[in-house]
Amino acid sequence: MTGVLPVTLGEATKVVQALLYSGKEYVCVMKLHADASEEQVKRVMSEFEDLVYQRPPLRASVKRQLRTRRIYYLDFLEIEGRNVLFKVGCEGGTYIRKLCYDVGEVLGCGAHMQELRRTRAGPFVEGDAVTLHDASYWFMEWEKNNDMKLLRRFVRPMEDALALIHKIYIRDSAVGAVCYGACLTAPGVLSLESDIVKGSLVAIMSLKGEAVALARAVADSEEIMRLEHGVVANVERVLMPRDTYPKCWKSGERKK
Amino acid sequence: MPRTVAPWKTERKLLMRAEDRTNPKYGRVPSERPAEDYMQYGVINLDKPAGPTSHEVAAWVKRIFKLQAVGHGGTLEA
Repeated sequence: MTGVLPVTLGEATKVVQALLYSGKEYVCVMKLHADASEEQVKRVMSEFEDLVYQRPPLRASVKRQLRTRRIYYLDFLEIEGRNVLFKVGCEGGTYIRKLCYDVGEVLGCGAHMQELRRTRAGPFVEGDAVTLHDASYWFMEWEKNNDMKLLRRFVRPMEDALALIHKIYIRDSAVGAVCYGACLTAPGVLSLESDIVKGSLVAIMSLKGEAVALARAVADSEEIMRLEHGVVANVERVLMPRDTYPKCWKSGERKK
Repeated sequence: MPRTVAPWKTERKLLMRAEDRTNPKYGRVPSERPAEDYMQYGVINLDKPAGPTSHEVAAWVKRIFKLQAVGHGGTLEA
């Protein structure tokens, strides 16, 4: 299998949890075990859109229990003999190999996954993916002449990995506390994306666009907007180094 | 039942609660981080070749770019 594989470097590895469950897109060749018409294949494939049930295969490193996964879209592209080309957008952790097998079962003739290429992993798409070959070349050139433009050709800031995560932007004065693990409270919030759902993962951001922390929203967007005080999100993973922004509280003194 | 839309196809709206300014003395706009920080807080959108496992490719990245840690966003295996 080839395709988009986001690789997090150093401290940025902390954002991996945001990527693992983000959506993926693949282009796939499915080989049917008997001839079938285009209409038959399209009809069966349309039954797999939305929710599917899958048990991870033997070789997977996850618990092998039946679980549901969402197929966002399953687009038939073309059929040539027994080869079917299709594009699929799905939740992270969806096994396309199992999807092909199940489509084959419903068709009656059986099928298997012949070839797979990932065209999207979360916000990262095939169009601007770089090969390891090119990346190592640019890295060596950068080591020689220190031109940042070379680094930027293949490294993206970790904030790019959070492009699809709902964001909450906070005041400078709240950043220090969050970096020390404090919950985010209402007065610190400046703006937030709509459609935040209670319990969902959010990215707490500074006004400069820096990722401060990953957190769980304690309420929906509309409610957060209405809150005057109280906890708005519980920090799960601090991303920014402590003391990047000053702590805005003094120990021993009571906050007014 | 309405179908779930792919996260990259939804429209995002920003709700403003209050306004404030940011102090240029602290922090850095991500794209302007100095070289070492840029890599330490960076991600590579890698086009994985056929053959090695995702884990092996990540290990190569760690070695080539001399990093203490790497991670990857979802296994792509044969």
